[in-house]
Amino acid sequence: MNQNNSPYNHTRATLALAKASFISIIRSPSAVVFSLLFPLIFILVFGFIGNSGIRIDVGIGKGSDTTNIIYKALAGTSIIKIHQEESSQEMEKELTRGKLDAIILFQKVVNPPQGKAPLQVSVRYTQASLTQGSVLRSVLTSILFKISKMHGDPLENIVQLTESTIQGRVYKSIDFILPGQLGFSLLSTGVFGTAFIFLSLRSTLVIKRFFATPVRRSSILLGEGISRIAFALIGAFIILMIGHFLFGFTLVKGWITVVNMMILSFIGIVVFMGFGFVVSGIAKNESSVPPLANIITLPQFLLAGTFFSISAFPKWLQYISNVLPLTYLNDAMRKVAFEGASLIDVSHSLGILALWGIGIYILAVKVFKWE
Amino acid sequence: MGKPVIIEVKDLTKSYGDFLAVDHISFQVFESEIFGLLGPNGAGKTTTLEMIETLRPKTSGQIRIDGISIDENPNAIKNLIGVQLQAAGYSPNLKLLEIMDLFSGLYGVKINARELLEKVALQDKAKSRFKELSGGQKQRFSIATTLINQPKVIFLDEPTTGLDPQARRNLWDLLFDIRKSGTTLVITTHYMDEAEILCDRVGFINQGKLIKIDTPDHFIQSLIDQGFQREKPVRAASLEDVFIHLTGTEWKE
Repeated sequence: MNQNNSPYNHTRATLALAKASFISIIRSPSAVVFSLLFPLIFILVFGFIGNSGIRIDVGIGKGSDTTNIIYKALAGTSIIKIHQEESSQEMEKELTRGKLDAIILFQKVVNPPQGKAPLQVSVRYTQASLTQGSVLRSVLTSILFKISKMHGDPLENIVQLTESTIQGRVYKSIDFILPGQLGFSLLSTGVFGTAFIFLSLRSTLVIKRFFATPVRRSSILLGEGISRIAFALIGAFIILMIGHFLFGFTLVKGWITVVNMMILSFIGIVVFMGFGFVVSGIAKNESSVPPLANIITLPQFLLAGTFFSISAFPKWLQYISNVLPLTYLNDAMRKVAFEGASLIDVSHSLGILALWGIGIYILAVKVFKWE
Repeated sequence: MGKPVIIEVKDLTKSYGDFLAVDHISFQVFESEIFGLLGPNGAGKTTTLEMIETLRPKTSGQIRIDGISIDENPNAIKNLIGVQLQAAGYSPNLKLLEIMDLFSGLYGVKINARELLEKVALQDKAKSRFKELSGGQKQRFSIATTLINQPKVIFLDEPTTGLDPQARRNLWDLLFDIRKSGTTLVITTHYMDEAEILCDRVGFINQGKLIKIDTPDHFIQSLIDQGFQREKPVRAASLEDVFIHLTGTEWKE
């Protein structure tokens, strides 16, 4: 009767499971909504409300003389926000990204030669923020014109103005929002999806029926894992493409960046699936999955730099943020996408993700239940 | 009986702490018979079945199927048997052909899925999702998946529970068909009329103990011989016969 004389093929069994599981996932509306629709809605909302409202961020060069009248006039202008706290290195970086619209250096000239003004003002604009730069230019011009008129002195006698524009690339709000949404999509697919699938396999007795076949348990885990990873990576790719072509998300090195982002997504989903396994092991039934999964996902949603930069948080909150795995995934993604960092450049973040991965899978092995 | 033995169960026991769910059960099942395990709910039928199906570890005792010990080679046994569980057991969102495809991968065999579906009269439902099937269709589909690996023995746990009379009778026909091809069937049920019609031999289980095994005819005859009489004389037809007569025999689903 049993015509099957060839050795049992575990790979075939695993792939059959992966295929069936993948079909199940794409037919379940909640999976699609959570991993694709939600992130896209957030991207849409933040992509559009992003760069609105005029505010000009001006860095004041180190060692500037801030007693002069031009500085005071500038600081008193409502649309201008003065930055002085940052180190000059940070300022330079922010200028290239357009986070600062210009850096101005005020230098007193002691004993100016005949015909030269006693104050030297050098303004450096950035290509990353040409519009804001030109607004600043007209603000400056009008300030200088007023001062010159007040003093009844020609402009050249008051100030020596030098202007230049540096190379730069705009750091748009989509460049911040998209990696965060991508990270969060991976987190929710990993945690919710994995937790639910194993609980429902148990409760619908599907897994028992699998056990009645010669399939290995490792094949069941692997098959379900492969399908979820495939689903998450396809989702990540769609988010990247929509972000890039519709909202101008920056992919500095083109396809190399896309590949690196996909590798980061892979690492992320694998780590986050570990949390899902833990939840499915702890949860008593399907209704106890959402609270447990939310405990894992919500704090990261808010604290891991998904919507707001961590640097905006108070120090004590930053300590918490700096522990969460999503923080490091988001950070790595932003560096790779915008700064063109290589995976080696973000190895610190990847290392911390790996530590989380090892820890969570050790826990998962301990708490995971088959029946 | 000179028939070859296909299932040999000796002193099979399952205990949960102090509770003996299955208490030293021994029996044999012969090739290509329909063997019924009968008993009230909680008697230990399902536990017994699941231990033989390799789905539940036994506490002690021996099980051999086709000469293979369950302790020595559980995977070889899985290849020999088909299992139908009491409740569903399939992903609700998958189409029948997709589930067939999945199980052919899990068993590592090539199948003609449509032919199998035709056998259980579900060829029209090939592209329906499992959750869209009626109760009787689900049971029939479940039986179709037990046939995928061309098993020597099929285990059916309460296959007709919850079915209407038409679906039930049609399922009986299906089981007779499967038996005709030489396959042995082990079923549990608590419908005695069903056991009487279907089973070549039945064993009664109560509180984890196997009380007696014989053919339905012998059981009935020996009870009559003891002077047993029904309170109400049996008539030539039952109310179920009336039901079938009035509503037809065709499959309603």
